[in-house]
Amino acid sequence: MRLRGLNEFWYSRCVHRRIPSEIFLLTCAALCVAVFCVADASGAPQQVKPPTPPGQRLDQITPPDAVQPAKTSLSVVVLDPAHGGSDAGARGASGINESEIVMDFTRAIRAALESKGLRVVQTRTGNEGPSFDDRSAVANAQRGAVFISIHVASTGTFGQVRAYSQIPQEMAGDLLNGQSFGALSFPVRNGLLPWDRAQEPYLAASRKFAELTQSGFAQKFKGSPDAPISAAIRQLRTVGEPAIAIEVSSVSITDREPLLRMAPGIADSIAQAVVSFKPIYEAAAH
Amino acid sequence: MIFDNEEAGVKQKSSFANMPPRIKWAIAALCAAVLIGLFYLPRLWRGARDLGKPATSDEQARREIVQPPIVTPTDVKVQTKLFWISASNPSVLESEDVSLALSADPVQRARQLLNALILSPPTPQQRTLPADTALLDFYLLPDGTAIADFADTLSTGTPSGIMSEQLAVDSITKTLAASVPQIRRLKILLQGQEAESLAGHVDLTGFLTVRTAAPASPMSAPPPPAPVPSGAGPGAKPGT
Repeated sequence: MRLRGLNEFWYSRCVHRRIPSEIFLLTCAALCVAVFCVADASGAPQQVKPPTPPGQRLDQITPPDAVQPAKTSLSVVVLDPAHGGSDAGARGASGINESEIVMDFTRAIRAALESKGLRVVQTRTGNEGPSFDDRSAVANAQRGAVFISIHVASTGTFGQVRAYSQIPQEMAGDLLNGQSFGALSFPVRNGLLPWDRAQEPYLAASRKFAELTQSGFAQKFKGSPDAPISAAIRQLRTVGEPAIAIEVSSVSITDREPLLRMAPGIADSIAQAVVSFKPIYEAAAH
Repeated sequence: MIFDNEEAGVKQKSSFANMPPRIKWAIAALCAAVLIGLFYLPRLWRGARDLGKPATSDEQARREIVQPPIVTPTDVKVQTKLFWISASNPSVLESEDVSLALSADPVQRARQLLNALILSPPTPQQRTLPADTALLDFYLLPDGTAIADFADTLSTGTPSGIMSEQLAVDSITKTLAASVPQIRRLKILLQGQEAESLAGHVDLTGFLTVRTAAPASPMSAPPPPAPVPSGAGPGAKPGT
């Protein structure tokens, strides 16, 4: 009844305006096709994917047409000063807080990276306390980026700096033993990645980045290990780009000045590592 | 001179003898008090020395009340391996052979091992788990998945840092792998809840691999523990 009424209404409008009904119908059809094309181009209608069997790799999940063949250059560094807000992180007996010291380190690292022409994005700039996922969201919104999470330990010999790369939790167990990280190449993100396992395609690239960073630390800070350490770090697991964590020892000293004097050396090592990693990143991204 | 001294002694004797009985009793009581004090002095000295030590003994005493030692009918003394921080290199773990009474039941055995890991590190510097933490519960599923529920003091008492947290988790998994062959993977809960991280760094959301090989025997028939005189006790540390 309602459809018939609508037809009569449009028919009367067409007759009244002397527009042939065929032209009106053709115009409507053309409009429908145009709307469909616009929606398809913007990606609104999602392709229905078959369910993913457990244990399937990310590169198998990502549809082939979602991987761009174009190369991506490394131009952004996401710095993550750990903790913040109500979470002060490691606390020394003399009142040194990890969440404050890492901000000082971040400022020095940011200046060193910007002097090399790199853009820096921070996961926090004040005493906010974003969640792990909030920090990962900041990182995952960037293209052509690496992620560095900055920590100060509550234990360990003062003056040592260690770089960590991620290993999946089920592989964790041997901190210092070498692990197999698969191929160095990784897909440029242009599709959906499982959030909880976003770091998996980047394990080898992250390990390489950690090696470059740790070699700088070993030269500048006596007692630091020569090789990076692999650990199951919650923050790195959800970052979909090459990602490392660095940890400085430690807040257990009585005065914060010696810790702050380490900042320029840490910043230089990281800036140099990012510059060295840039061609590796660009070769690995496909 | 001699006469004078003798005279003085006589005078002293006479003065003590002439003392009123009340004074004599008071002097005797004082002497007795001094003797009693001398008797208790070594004990007092030890008590004062113990006051300077950290309050670990209090925490242990509290835990002993809350969580009595686990004793089962199948307990047998075996030589097993517990993993603590290395005395020479604080960034790695090292195993130590310890003689423990362990149950044949894998769940009770795991509880006994984790309690020993908490209670008896060789030195405070080698400790991986906080002294005031406690294992609240432990479950083992037929597929080899274990669930260890710790008090939240495991999170608040572990030194914050990637290295220290990873060492804590590794000491748990390696100790279980050495002596409980039925466990394949482990989930750590804090106060009955799933936690994102141990103390802000190391991931606890998934399952930790304890051993990659299949269990040595079905859960219903655990392998008999190796007795102490067998030396290194290879039966107690398979697949390390």
